Amino acid sequence: MSGDMTHDEHGSVAVDEEHGHGVVAENPFADPGLPEHTPRLTDIDEKVARKSERIVAGLFLLSAIATIAFMVCYTEVPNNTSTIVNFFPLGAMSASNFALGITLGVALFAMGAGAIYWARTLMTDVEVPQERHLLESTPEDKAEAVAEFQQGMADSGWKQRPLIRRTLIGAMAVLPLPAVWILRDLGPQPGTTQRQTAWTAGELIINDASISLDGTRGRGIRPEDLQVGTLVSASPAAVLTAGDQTNNMMSMSAILLVRMNTVDIKSQQEIDWGYEGIVAFSKICTHVGCPVQLFEQQTHHMLCPCHQSTFDLSDNGRVIFGPAARSLPQLPITVNADGYLVAKAGFDQPVGPSFWERG
Amino acid sequence: MSTSTTNEEIVPTTLGGKASEYLDQRLGIAGAAKKNLRKIFPDHWSFMLGEICLYSFIVLLLSGIFLTLFFTPSMGEVTYNGSYTPLDGIRMSEAYASTLNISFDVRGGLLMRQIHHWAALVFVMAIMVHMLRIFFTGAFRKPRELNWLIGFTLFVMALAEGFCGYSLPDDLLSGTGLRILQGMILAIPIVGTYISYFLFGGLFPGTDIVPRLFTVHILLVPGLILGLITAHLILVFYQKHTQWAGPGRTNQNVVGLPLMPVYMAKAGGFFFVVFGFTALLGGLVTINPIWLYGPYVPTQITAGSQPDFYIGFFEGALRMMPNIEWNFWGHTLSPNILVPFAIVPGILFGGLAMYPFLEAWITGDRREHHILDRPRNMPTRTAIGVAGIVFYGVGWINGGNDLIAPHFNLSVEAITWVDRVAIFVAPAFAFWLTRRICFGLQRRDRDKVLHGRESGIITRSPEGQFSEIHTPLPQGDLHTLTSHEVHHPLTLTDVTDANGVPAPNLRLAKLRARMTRWYFGERVEKVSEEEYREAISSGHH
Amino acid sequence: MKSLSTRRRHPLAAFVVLVLGLAFVGTIFAAFLSPNSASADTGTSNAQAIANGKALYITSCSSCHGKLGEGSSYGPSLVGSGAAAVDFQVSTGRMPAQQPGAQIEKKAVLYTQEQIDEMAAYIDSLGGGPAIPDSSKYQVNDNLVQLGGVIFRTTCSECHNITGQGGALTDGKYAPALTQTNPKAIYEAMLTGPQNMPNFPDTVISPLEKQAIISYIVSVRNQANYGGAGLGRLGPTAEGLFIWTFGLIALLLFAVWIAAHTTKASAERVAQAAAKKRGKE
Repeated sequence: MSGDMTHDEHGSVAVDEEHGHGVVAENPFADPGLPEHTPRLTDIDEKVARKSERIVAGLFLLSAIATIAFMVCYTEVPNNTSTIVNFFPLGAMSASNFALGITLGVALFAMGAGAIYWARTLMTDVEVPQERHLLESTPEDKAEAVAEFQQGMADSGWKQRPLIRRTLIGAMAVLPLPAVWILRDLGPQPGTTQRQTAWTAGELIINDASISLDGTRGRGIRPEDLQVGTLVSASPAAVLTAGDQTNNMMSMSAILLVRMNTVDIKSQQEIDWGYEGIVAFSKICTHVGCPVQLFEQQTHHMLCPCHQSTFDLSDNGRVIFGPAARSLPQLPITVNADGYLVAKAGFDQPVGPSFWERG
Repeated sequence: MSTSTTNEEIVPTTLGGKASEYLDQRLGIAGAAKKNLRKIFPDHWSFMLGEICLYSFIVLLLSGIFLTLFFTPSMGEVTYNGSYTPLDGIRMSEAYASTLNISFDVRGGLLMRQIHHWAALVFVMAIMVHMLRIFFTGAFRKPRELNWLIGFTLFVMALAEGFCGYSLPDDLLSGTGLRILQGMILAIPIVGTYISYFLFGGLFPGTDIVPRLFTVHILLVPGLILGLITAHLILVFYQKHTQWAGPGRTNQNVVGLPLMPVYMAKAGGFFFVVFGFTALLGGLVTINPIWLYGPYVPTQITAGSQPDFYIGFFEGALRMMPNIEWNFWGHTLSPNILVPFAIVPGILFGGLAMYPFLEAWITGDRREHHILDRPRNMPTRTAIGVAGIVFYGVGWINGGNDLIAPHFNLSVEAITWVDRVAIFVAPAFAFWLTRRICFGLQRRDRDKVLHGRESGIITRSPEGQFSEIHTPLPQGDLHTLTSHEVHHPLTLTDVTDANGVPAPNLRLAKLRARMTRWYFGERVEKVSEEEYREAISSGHH
Repeated sequence: MKSLSTRRRHPLAAFVVLVLGLAFVGTIFAAFLSPNSASADTGTSNAQAIANGKALYITSCSSCHGKLGEGSSYGPSLVGSGAAAVDFQVSTGRMPAQQPGAQIEKKAVLYTQEQIDEMAAYIDSLGGGPAIPDSSKYQVNDNLVQLGGVIFRTTCSECHNITGQGGALTDGKYAPALTQTNPKAIYEAMLTGPQNMPNFPDTVISPLEKQAIISYIVSVRNQANYGGAGLGRLGPTAEGLFIWTFGLIALLLFAVWIAAHTTKASAERVAQAAAKKRGKE
């Protein structure tokens, strides 16, 4: 349906004066053809047209002024975090960004508005039809094309030389393979690295909050540092010397420590793998790998903020809601000779998201 | 342009004339100019949605080139030393540091970043709205099926391009998105770990992903998009634009205004309007404030982590999928990840791509169509589209369930459960409701044809009866409201031949007949001439 | 000098000396014996305050927390919770709670700071616990913002959101926004772990690190949204919502404007123009 229904002079119903009801034209639903063009004010009144012209010119002029203003603002409005403008109701913002955005936006918008207003008010608005050409080629063209093609095929000898045909197809089929082959060195084979973390027996547990900004120093954790309900984000001491491998190591080896009352822990193995109610779990969600660290002190639930997988840390990190399918792996911990918490062994299963070879 | 009045020798005198003559002698452009300069395009606001896509893509190209001049696509670690003091002395990747540099130390840099990101959102949104318009009006029918496939491919590439783009700054939010991508890739059977290690160059996050995404984002995908957009536009030009039914408009013509000067001005103007609008957004509304997120560190995360909106459906699907995982013979298969990551999107996008061919098979319609359908006149197609939107929408909403929950005092678990049910129930309900609405609208059109439009004038007969006067519709409207086609279900003929042998492909034919019954079993017939004459002659209003 | 000596035997002289003496002692007391050190030792500091606190406690708190702070099925034991916990809960209006439950909402504050201090002193007398921090501990220090940001993103943002907008927990609970919270309350919350929030004793996050976190939170929430309107600092969800509502409507309106038929001249204007034209010829 076109946006507006054109009202034309002739309806399809002529009223029969004598009988008081209508008489219908020959085909009431026939296409009445394109409606006659009715003029706009600008088409018939030169004064109105000149006003339109002035509006269009004004918009173009505004655009030019805004363009120059942009270049002036670029040098004159300082670009730093303390040059702030408060623009109601949008709040405080960078003065430079604001000035450059407004000037550029007005320059572009006014240009567009001018062109559109020109088209709408001054350019022709007479709707005209244009014939569509038949998309399908004529039978003659098709026949000629087929004939040319067949002549070309005959000239090549394709049909008469099956040996050429078959070997060509065979060779072409394998020719793209090097393009795939040459990508082999994009990365190493996974091997067993997806199963490994930096945790081994005796590895010192480092408090993440204590790691220096340059990543080389950090504090260990003593059991008495934690109270019931304390949460600590932690890493193996190896991250302090991992250099450019730090992020890779953290993405597999990050853990968290929480302390609970042992009476609240439902699994004896969990208590045994902990130390006086302090338990360590992998921080990598078993769903798709986000860090899971939303610990609820009273419910002992651990929530992952990405997709809301919920783990019960008082029950072997079992999944109680959400799309994660496997419980959070626990790291067995103990205390070393200096009284710091250390790993008692590595993880007994791969951490993080599942993969095909996981088992 | 010329001084001569004969056709044999045109001697150009103006600069433009001389330039055209120069080119014509080398390229023969007069033929193309003759055909295309005054090409007619129909006028309707819904035909301009594709233009929004094109213009926002140009804005992306221009702003993107600026950004590439200042961005460093490297994950090598540096210590930040720029204007944004809360991150002073913090170690971060060069990618993140250069993005901070663009935002705070390059004049106009923050504006360009914001224009680029707003334009990306406009680009994908416009593609979705444009695609829906094509769908609901049946503009994908012959001869435009190929253009539908090109457009579909553009849609998928726009999604990928956006994801790659916002992952380049290596900030906490987009890095989390990459982590999720890696976790999903790991779940792919047999080759998952290999793909992950090849993509990331080893363990996650590694140091290769940002430079690789950079190449994809500024070279490979934009190149493909540019090529496909060119093909897309060439087809629109060559096949001419579709148009709505109306007086003077037929399947053999196109009615509208000429390219030169009207559409050059309108389309060119619209480009500047879209660009200007995006620039105003870039100056007035913050988008992707990466300085607040900090650099990506695999052990950090923020509550309320969401991807850009066009990935929201996948995010919501990941959240609502029940935790089904199978372990067998030393291997793990994870439907809880594969269903939302690959299977559901595969079905949804596959169905979207194949729809024109499916509908053509069902209707058996092999004719060219240049007159658009009103959505109400194809109730089943429209209902399928609305059901698809609702399906997509439920997934999208669930992607924000942890923002909706505290805002409306609900629990994320409740929202997830509601969405788990709604994703099946809501599209079915929307389908049913839409069809009923379409039939209702068709009946109303029918009544309008038969009895005319309500005039609002009440009259009283001598007997005391009140009635409303209806003004009869003008001829043009009568034509428009009766020019659509009412499809009928295909009937099965020749089920068996003379000897009782069932026809080949009988099962397929039966399925097809059943589907046409689903599509067109219930229908509202058009007003026939006899009905119309009867209504007029009986004097009923 | 002579006037002073003549007043030595004034009848009120003794009284004046007593008042001066009390004032002197009181000043010394206030300056050197701060409430912090008072709470460490339970017995000696303000017995009156403890008594007042106990009275307030009996009225408002004992129905859930027990007559002697031992807890009940409606509320946990407060023995060992410490003064800081009381100060946090009551000065943010969370306590007295409207109803028992996992999420205790902030509401209007019912008590003056003095009353809160008294209740804090009482609870502290039951079993010790974290003390109310001295103001120097939660002073914003601009040099600690960087460190605070790193620790905040490691330990706090997963519940409270990267800019402190708050976040969802399980079963309808939530971590509240930090956009209006005063620095003392932030310190006390970290120290005591209110409700479901974990606690972070000074041995796990040192006082300096806590001060850094507070400095970061305050600095970020006071920061301008450099790029323009902040959209609630909620990230891509808010940005997507904005573009699909405001953005789409604006672009559609532009499209409608561009494609719509321009207003036609009314019939009488057309007639006028025709007449004018005829008049000219």
